[in-house]
This record gives sequence, C-alpha cells and structure tokens, in this order.
Amino acid sequence: MKVRLVDIAHARSGDKGDTANVGLIALKPEWYGLLEREVTCARVTQHFSGMIDGEVERYELPNLMALNFLLHGALDGGGTLSLKTDAQGKVYSTALLRMTIEVAAEEAAQLGLPEAR
Amino acid sequence: MKKVVRVAAGQGFWGDDLDAPRRQVEGGEIDYLMLDYLAEVTMSILQKQKERDPSLGYARDFVGAMESVMPAVTGRDVKVIANAGGVNPLACAAAVKALAGKIGAAGLRIGVVTGDDLLGDLDKLMEFGHPLANMETGEPLSKVRDRVLSANAYIGSEPIVEALQGGANVVITGRSTDTALTMAPLRYEFGWGTESWDLLAAGIVAGHIIECGAQCSGGNCLHDWRSIPDLANVGYPLVEVKVDGTFVVTKHAHTGGRVSVPTVTEQLVYEMGDPHSYITPDVIADFTSIRLAADGENRVRVSGIKGKPPTDKLKVSIAYRAGFKAVGSLVYAWPDALDKARHADSILRQRLERLGLRFDQILTEFVGASATHGPLAGTDFDPPEVQLRFGVRGDDRAAVERFTREIAPLVLNGPPSVTGFAGGRPKVEEIVAYWPALIDKGVVRTRVEVIS
Repeated sequence: MKVRLVDIAHARSGDKGDTANVGLIALKPEWYGLLEREVTCARVTQHFSGMIDGEVERYELPNLMALNFLLHGALDGGGTLSLKTDAQGKVYSTALLRMTIEVAAEEAAQLGLPEAR
Repeated sequence: MKKVVRVAAGQGFWGDDLDAPRRQVEGGEIDYLMLDYLAEVTMSILQKQKERDPSLGYARDFVGAMESVMPAVTGRDVKVIANAGGVNPLACAAAVKALAGKIGAAGLRIGVVTGDDLLGDLDKLMEFGHPLANMETGEPLSKVRDRVLSANAYIGSEPIVEALQGGANVVITGRSTDTALTMAPLRYEFGWGTESWDLLAAGIVAGHIIECGAQCSGGNCLHDWRSIPDLANVGYPLVEVKVDGTFVVTKHAHTGGRVSVPTVTEQLVYEMGDPHSYITPDVIADFTSIRLAADGENRVRVSGIKGKPPTDKLKVSIAYRAGFKAVGSLVYAWPDALDKARHADSILRQRLERLGLRFDQILTEFVGASATHGPLAGTDFDPPEVQLRFGVRGDDRAAVERFTREIAPLVLNGPPSVTGFAGGRPKVEEIVAYWPALIDKGVVRTRVEVIS
C-alpha cells in the first residue's frame, strides 16, 4: 500500500550556506520507526534528483521522533548569492513530504496508516 | 536565588513585530527580555550604515523597543539582553542613554559588550597565520580580502554574565550568538559553573527554542496549522527555567498561537546540522538527549539535556562584496500558461546571448508550476497563471543593468496573455555574501563596560 509522508509526518526546513536541512517529524510515536526504515539517504537522494547538487546526510533523533536531513548543494549557492525564490530552503520541508513509501498491507493496518489518496 | 527564572523572547530577527517586546513585558511576569536582531547578512548592512555615518551601525528598532519597555525595566526590574549593537554597540548604548534622558527614565544601567569586531585586525590576523578559511569551501580569506565589509566573531555568554554582575539591567552586545542571550542570564542567576556542561547546554537549548520568536509558539508551524488559534495576536515564547536546567516553554495567557510538543519540535529541528554536536562558544549541546513532554495547556516541559566541552575555536562571520544581481518577472495566463512562460524564457536567453552579455549565473523559475518543488510538482495540470521569474548574477554591473531592460519589451514582442509588469524595471542589487570561518578563541578579547 502507498503511504504519503505528508499524511504521517510534519517537517520544518532551514539553511546553512548552500545546504538545506529538513527535519522530518512523525505525527505519531509509533510511526517513527517506519520513517527511520523507509526514508533513507538513498531514497531522499533519488527523491531530490535534479534539485540538489551534493550529498544527502541523515541523522536520527528518536527522542523527538524526528530525522534530520542535510541536503548539500540545494540552494544554488545559498544566502544572498542564490537567485532562487527559496534561497533559504524554507520550503524544502514540504517538498520532502511529497514522497510516498510502500508499506505492506498488514503492517499498514497494524500501524493505522492512512492510504495515499 | 530565584526558584524559577523567566526569559521571554521579544524579537526573532531585525524586522520582526515591533510591538512584541512591549507585549512580552506587559502580558505577565518575566525576569528577562531577550531580543535577537542579528542574522548572517545583518552585520554587513549595519557596517554599510556605519560607513556612511559613524554614529550608526546598530539595530535602530531597538531604541523604539526600549522606549516601549522602559517602565518595566525601571519600575519592575525586568532586564533586557539584546545583540542590537551590531557593528557599533557603543553608539547603540549612547542612543539608549539619550532616550532615557529624553523621557526622564532613571535607574538605567547599560552594559556594553565589545571585542567581537575583527575588521580592523584582519590583516594582522592573516599575517600571524590565521587563514580564516571558508568553512564550506576551504578557500583562504585572502581570496576576497579586498572586498570584505565586516568581520565579527560569534561570542558566548561570558561577557554578558560579566555585565550583569556589574549591575547592568540592559545588556547590549554585537555579534553574540543568539543562544547566549538566553543562556547568560540563567548562568548569572543560578551561578552555573563554566564547566557544568549539562546545565549550560540546557540554557543553549532554551535559547535555540525561543531565539526565532513566535516560530516555536505557532508561527510558521505546519503541524495542524489550520487549528492554531488567533495568530493575529500570537504570543511570543518564554521559558521558565529551574536551577537544575529543566524548563517549561510557554507564552502569556490571553495570547494566540500554540505551544505544544509539535510546535517546539519543529523549532528544535530548524537550521539543525549534526544534532549530536550543536556547537557554541560555551558548550556543545546534544540535541539527541532532549526530552519533551506536554505539561498542561500551552506548556511543554524540556529535560534530559546533555552537554560537553566546547572547541578551542570561535566562528567568525565575514561579509564581502560579491558582485551584482537582478531578478525580473512577468505573469502568463491560462491557457497553456507554463508553455508561454517557457517560450518567453527561451526568447530572453537568445536575446541576452545576442547582446553578448555574460553572467556567472542565470536562473529561470516558473512560479506557480515548479519554483519551489521542481519536478516533484508534476506537469499534469494547467494552472490559471504562471510567473516567469528570471534572475542573473555577475561581477559586471553594466551587464546586469543592461539585462534589466530586456524584461519589459517581452510584453509587446513575446508570447501572449502576459501581465504583471507594473513594478517596472528590476532593480540591480549589490550582493553582500557570507564567509563563515573559524579562529582561535584566545585571539578574541571581549570587553565589558557598564554605563549609568
């Protein structure tokens, strides 16, 4: 079954130089493990293909039910050098929430996951 | 010793809500009002102002803020900590002193922290083997030395604590770290030791949570955003801290917004790097140790925070001139708005090419179709309008200037259904870029002065 991140998580993003960070936070504690398992660096790299020039790093914060992603080379130079509307990476958060993940029906039922519309 | 110290945030950046400081001192009991005015590029703007007039170079909004909170400072012993000094803390203090004289406020003791400004010492520092290499690219500062506008070390809580010990009830700093503005009064009130790493880290985390003002109390909050009440009257945050470093994030009664585990969590992850090492001049805080718990309506309890010793470096914020840019836009309407905008983009690029204009960078965005989410937004829709947003950047001011004349003609000689050009020709802007570097701590000597 397909599940959209926007239905199981919230997020906030910001910048440091040419790097955007996205903090991805599970809406329910029992959904954090799923994020940790499915929203890998590889998945996020693929998701943002064509949008960022550099590597993706991931840090886990189970205490906050959150993952922190660093998207390097995401801001067209960053800060005042960048010509982008989103030069400070403020809405990369919602771009990540567009991702869908595949979850087995049984697990989805157990976790009470909302199905992608 | 106070059992609980209340630090309230009244400003998250220079340009934030002018009325927030007053509402923070009038809305309920607080001990400290913390005002953060400085973002990365703010210092360079202030440096330019100081070049034009040596009595400027600080966040002038602060004088108005002080006027609005003066009765609380002189009458109720609320103390103010602000990095409003920018590149000229002494001039900022003089302006506040003049204000006190003008409105007849007695009992003001202004602590001024200086020593963060390294602009005058740059050449000597480089000569003595401090390369001030760019933390992101590794390039030495010599590459842009002749274009540097300002250079300031991010300083920690120590000089602010000193000012409070010296009897100051208003402390004005230059480039203090945002978090030190909150942590310093806690250190002062509770007598936390300089090696009490967990306590210092708790103060830093409290500072991080409230340093962006209402961004932790319902502002810019995605979680259940429709249900957040009365943002028009949003309550700015405050922390109620105990001597053991545990604290509650809350806001005044009868204000809008929301303080909840999700609103605080969103602020905690904002601009986060490696959560195990949130580096400050005083301590390294471990964000993976933070525990949050709901503690009643609009109250979140924070505990468990661990810290470790800091590095022997300070971060330096350097601003330098980095060429020019201009951004112009036009709006194309349905049907086929995106195709029309794309066609206009192609025409514009051909014309710039024909004119022989060279830029370091050209960026086209299609606002309404893909500007913020790129290809993730998909293409299977025909929006009512799309804004073509076209930007160029380069060292040659004349080329950027020439580009600004190429947008308007498209209205009559490009694709159809075009509008939204009433703003006129785009403005050429000088770029002031940010150069983050590190320097040995021992090099930076802060000074504290208390003016009555």
